Amino acid sequence: MNAMNQAVDAILVMLALTGFMLLGSSRLTACIRAVGAQGILLGLLAIAAQDGELSATGIAMAITSAAVKGVVLPALLLRAMRQANTIREIEPLISYNLSILLGGLGLALSLWLGGQLQLPTQPASSLFVPAACFTIFVGLLIIVSRRKAITQVIGYLALENGVYAFATAVAVQMPALVELGILLDVFVGVFVMGIAIFHIGREFNHIDADRLASLTDQ
Amino acid sequence: MIASMILVPALAGLAAFLIRSDRLRRVMLVAAAAIHAALSLATWYRAPAVVRGAWLGEDAAGRLILTLTSLLFLACAVYAVAYLRDERGKRHSDFEEGFIFSNAREAVFTGCLLLFLAAMTLVALSRHLALVWVAIEATTLASAPLIYFHRHHRSLEATWKYLLICSVGIALALLGVLFLAVSAIRPGGGAVSLDIGDLLAAAPNLSVPWLKAAFVLLMVGYGAKMGLAPFHTWLPDAHSEAPSVASALLSGALLNCAFLGILRAHQVCVAAGLAHFSERLLLGFGLLSMAVAAAFIVGQSDYKRMLAYSSVEHMGILAVGVGLGGLGAFAAMLHVINHSLTKAMLFMVAGNLLAVYRTKATREVSGAVRALPLSGVLWILGLLAIVGSPPFGPFVSEFLIAKAALDSGRAAVAIVYLLLLAIVVTGIAGPALAMAQGRSTASPDAASRQSPIFSAVPAIFAAAILMMGIYLPPVIGRSLHEAARLFGRG
Repeated sequence: MNAMNQAVDAILVMLALTGFMLLGSSRLTACIRAVGAQGILLGLLAIAAQDGELSATGIAMAITSAAVKGVVLPALLLRAMRQANTIREIEPLISYNLSILLGGLGLALSLWLGGQLQLPTQPASSLFVPAACFTIFVGLLIIVSRRKAITQVIGYLALENGVYAFATAVAVQMPALVELGILLDVFVGVFVMGIAIFHIGREFNHIDADRLASLTDQ
Repeated sequence: MIASMILVPALAGLAAFLIRSDRLRRVMLVAAAAIHAALSLATWYRAPAVVRGAWLGEDAAGRLILTLTSLLFLACAVYAVAYLRDERGKRHSDFEEGFIFSNAREAVFTGCLLLFLAAMTLVALSRHLALVWVAIEATTLASAPLIYFHRHHRSLEATWKYLLICSVGIALALLGVLFLAVSAIRPGGGAVSLDIGDLLAAAPNLSVPWLKAAFVLLMVGYGAKMGLAPFHTWLPDAHSEAPSVASALLSGALLNCAFLGILRAHQVCVAAGLAHFSERLLLGFGLLSMAVAAAFIVGQSDYKRMLAYSSVEHMGILAVGVGLGGLGAFAAMLHVINHSLTKAMLFMVAGNLLAVYRTKATREVSGAVRALPLSGVLWILGLLAIVGSPPFGPFVSEFLIAKAALDSGRAAVAIVYLLLLAIVVTGIAGPALAMAQGRSTASPDAASRQSPIFSAVPAIFAAAILMMGIYLPPVIGRSLHEAARLFGRG
């Protein structure tokens, strides 16, 4: 096992740990930071996983994606949070303990899935698929179990990060332009959601998504 | 030429944000729509060749959906200009709760309309499955501000649901695209291509478990966007709160684009010999969507929501048709045209009724034929067409799908399908006729002020639907067969 593989393992373990931070943290700022840290980790992962054959476009893409997911998007979310003047607590629908417990179950499930889903090529680390699955799981759990609109965006970002980690694992040769398109979509998506949060904050004096419930069938 | 179809609306959309004069911007909207329609019609005379490895190309299914989108957009652009002229500078009081709200800036609405068209064109023309993903996500982002045109809390709630559900769905679809790439990886092989041509050529060697998982994810992900149950929950809210012209585009054009995304995945499955797997899934989701829609249409008290649930039902019919294969696939492609025309027309007419009656409650509207003679008649004709009564287009395609089910020996599917159609008829026909007949509850003043454009545009659609039921032009028929052959198993 060479140094590069150990670095990949370490990054993947940290990715999983940020997942637990997201689930256990009671402060909104901490959650935004955690999801930003995931973005930086993904950039590092993209470079570490390439193992020797680094291309200029590969490095440029890794840096762009780390900058967008690690710096720009968290800054946008922090701004949206301040503008919407929200209480900076998470207010989950389920307790933090239960969140962590479900996270533990999700991790076990992801490890099992990692054993089941056999990649045709051997990736640099056997932790790739479990870490990606776990991050996706955390994202979905946050979307369904948190009250605020802004935490749902954080969950969506975690979900996207998990999908990205999987992309790094299989090292699909997507044309750089397509990869940029995906990044742009995620960026604009969060941007539009940020604007929506601002309006929700102004319109309702709160950003609790569970009170967005006037549209139903009688 | 193919790139210009994306560039024209994209550049016009960006320009719309900058142009200050309302009049100039409206002229540009219609001009860009007309150029786009002319370009897409031109491809019927000289079809651009599909080049392996090129990102853009036009096959029969893409051409069908592109042309439909383009013509629909042109009609909606004309309608939108009249609509925006009416709405300009007014402050509105809400129909339901009576508070005062204003609209989003007209420049934003026009710009997003054009960007939405550009994104949908990209969906129809992409030959690279990751690019299809990028384009479908772009349609979500461009259309979200359209739903939030009336600035109040209900439309904001609808926009939020739309953004979140579709984004999560589409994130899962991205995972599906990656799974598809994994299925193409050979140990020791080189880079994987997600070009549709390359994937179809490599299909027999794709890894079966990964391909199956990829199809499930793509079906769920794009299905959320297309409005297939159980991920359809954003659709009734978005359609009931968006301005009617935006609803017409969402139902008539956007849902087809998401459907095309699923068809691309299905195409790969068919080439890989997994047709029975993907067809069974399509059939299951299709019937489920029809059942859910039927349950909510019966007793529905809001006529815009009723139309939205009818869209869920018709997306289910499309999935059932493709799931049956063969004749069913042909009928499904025909139904794409019929449903889009009919539903776009109905949403426009619903907008006319809403403007005059100032309520979305089915029970509070009566005498539409008296108050708005043309719109009222179009409302009845449109609803008759959408529930599948002859001699309109949807009857033909719905009938062919039932025939496909019986021909292939799936009597149970045919019975459930016909039963659900019948339930929808009872759900729509009663309240709809009550709305049209009787004494008018609208103020005659509001009715007489309505511009003739509002009823002229849907009247053109009504003529087209009638034609589709009586006579199918051979050039369209050939194209439908060609499209159905892409994934219809011979």
